[in-house]
Amino acid sequence: MKNKTWLYWLFFLALFTAPFYLTEFRLSLLGKFLCFAIIAVGISLIWGYTGILSLGHGVYFGLGAYCMAMYLKLEDSRGHLPDFMEWSGVEKLPWFWKPFENPLFAIFSAIIIPVLLAAFLSYFTFKNRIKGVYFSLLSQAVVVVFVTLFIGKQEWTGGTNGLTNFSTVFGFSLSSPLTQIVIYLLTVLLLCFIFIFSRWLTRSRFGRVLIAIRDSENRVRFLGFNTTTYKVFVYSLSAAFAGLAGVMFVLQVGLISPAMMGIIPSIEMVLWVAVGGRNSLIGAIIGAIATNSAKSFFSENYPDIWLLFLGGLFISIVMFLPNGLAGLYESFVQRKGRRERRKNEAGSHVSRSVS
Amino acid sequence: MKVQKRKIFRTLSLFLCGTVLALSGCAASSAVDEVKEEKKESAEDSGETVKVGILHSLSGTMAISEVSLRDAELMAIEEINEAGGLLGKKIEPVIEDGASDWPTFAEKAKKLLQKDKVATIFGGWTSASRKAMLPVVEQNNGLLWYPVQYEGMESSPNIFYTGATTNQQIIPAVSWLLENRGKKFFLLGSDYVFPRTANKIIKAQLKAEGGELAGEEYTPLGHTDYSTIISKIKEVKPDVVFNTLNGDSNVAFFKQLKDSGITAKDLTVMSVSIAEEEIRGIGGDVLAGHLAVWNYFQTTDTPENKAFVEKYKKKYGEDRVTDDPIEAAYFAVHLWAEAVKKAGSFDVDKVKKAAGGIEYKAPGGTVKIDGETQHTWKIVRIGEIQPNGQFKELWNSGEAIKPDPYLKSYPWAKNLN
Repeated sequence: MKNKTWLYWLFFLALFTAPFYLTEFRLSLLGKFLCFAIIAVGISLIWGYTGILSLGHGVYFGLGAYCMAMYLKLEDSRGHLPDFMEWSGVEKLPWFWKPFENPLFAIFSAIIIPVLLAAFLSYFTFKNRIKGVYFSLLSQAVVVVFVTLFIGKQEWTGGTNGLTNFSTVFGFSLSSPLTQIVIYLLTVLLLCFIFIFSRWLTRSRFGRVLIAIRDSENRVRFLGFNTTTYKVFVYSLSAAFAGLAGVMFVLQVGLISPAMMGIIPSIEMVLWVAVGGRNSLIGAIIGAIATNSAKSFFSENYPDIWLLFLGGLFISIVMFLPNGLAGLYESFVQRKGRRERRKNEAGSHVSRSVS
Repeated sequence: MKVQKRKIFRTLSLFLCGTVLALSGCAASSAVDEVKEEKKESAEDSGETVKVGILHSLSGTMAISEVSLRDAELMAIEEINEAGGLLGKKIEPVIEDGASDWPTFAEKAKKLLQKDKVATIFGGWTSASRKAMLPVVEQNNGLLWYPVQYEGMESSPNIFYTGATTNQQIIPAVSWLLENRGKKFFLLGSDYVFPRTANKIIKAQLKAEGGELAGEEYTPLGHTDYSTIISKIKEVKPDVVFNTLNGDSNVAFFKQLKDSGITAKDLTVMSVSIAEEEIRGIGGDVLAGHLAVWNYFQTTDTPENKAFVEKYKKKYGEDRVTDDPIEAAYFAVHLWAEAVKKAGSFDVDKVKKAAGGIEYKAPGGTVKIDGETQHTWKIVRIGEIQPNGQFKELWNSGEAIKPDPYLKSYPWAKNLN
């Protein structure tokens, strides 16, 4: 396989220059999709590389988003109680809301809270060698617990309406196009870093252990590796990605509610990765962007029957492209390579240009 | 054989790849077109038509309720166009699907305002969808007409509320029940913002007006097992169950209530989210004798309503019914049109300024926009459900009641906000 790096650079360059060729509205959509792409990278790490199917990443995303939203809500209220607390009969700001007045604390906890939850959960399940379907079910149960909690505690979380209606971040107006472009560029930068880091990780010795765990965990264990540590680490890492994605999501969409951390969004996240190709990091990113673009495109043009189109696309991709869009590309490249090799072998001289 | 199979696979995957590429190409080119369009089109005043957005859930759990609102709004737009349009222009509806998903509502509202440059949006049902659209319409200085009764405590400068706020639905209902049915209330609701806020208000009102709270229960949206709650109701024997359940839960609750041998004669259930459309799903025989409070019933006796119901049924089918949110969505379009006429412009600020005090003869009686809160003055009606799925009106407020979303005129509501 030839060096594909220039393709990646081209891709990120296209994202970085998007503010020049997209309208304000399309840019905000793309920004939202990039947040989803960040989650997708995390899911590709645990599912594609390590073989852990988590159907509960909505929770980590939601926790990250709520942490940021709490700060934004407090900044919007300027010393008063947030509006939903007032009409829910709360008289004083609850103690755990207080530290979120500090944006750095909010961003820090948007990463650390999902990580702690993920580490706690995965340590006890993986240590007890719970895996496969059982782990997936467990992750769904966590989603249900959190959604119920967030809806029930309306006076602390805003209930089903969630947290919304923010005005400024770090003193900059969220509605100004310039702020939105800066936030968009930060999202691209974050995605870029996360992609490079994950790529480095998966190509390192650590990454090879992850793949080995996916293919035969018992054998890895017999070789003397403590697989629990590896799995807990990578699972927590993907939770951190989801939390960060939540931060960027709230900044761009201006809204977080329990519906966005529920079971359906959690499954959707896995779907993006399936469409893009779970064994490929760039595939996961493209999958998240392509799926969501298709969703927007179909629903704008055919508001009555767009779900049928989208469903058809999903079914056909899963049926005919089990390795997603990235898999299609790989097989294309491989076939081309094979054909070229055949051609070379047929020729009189033997070339040794296999890279 | 094998080669052939592989060939088929290859063609298929190439075809798929092609489709995906073509689609993303479409999306990209339409995005580029937008840039061009944006440069060409300066403001709303171009061309022969004026665009308005219609943003309801056409798919997902809320579609069953919201599709009829879209139908009512389209009918009103058609009426205005048939009568010669607005300021010499035909109204062109741009329909979007909110998909029962709140960020989608925000996204589509943004699209309608920024890309389509609509003069106004009619849309929403759930509070969560309204809360999602609120910052978008405020930041883009758009206009949103929201047609459903809700929990109050809000008045955005960019939203007009044509549904009832709490003092036009819940509070009069509680007063009427205290007078006519008894003092002991049992509160039952789905677990989300509207029931929780409504019940907070009801509890304060009961305290102030001498009622008694027998119990308060919440179930998750979509919950279907009410046996525990019904046995609780049997145990505490309330005079009234005040029901703020939403959607399918109502079917389960009322069926199980009937199966347990409790009829409307033993216990009054007052509902605030069951209208003709919902009765159709639950069955009139199960609900017969129970009460609901609204601002409009299909049976409301006005000449405007007779024409409205006839026209709606003729257009969308004899088996369709009209109800309160449908009516509110319908007259919202007409109120907006009146405001535009008065302002002589589609400009949001001018329309807002002109809107205060505008009246319209709606099917449910004359409605008036309250300039200060941007809510509407409405008549309150309590009706008893008949076995045929229609309401028999037991009481109405006579004249339209002034909207008071923050309950400023109720001394007992002081601690609520």
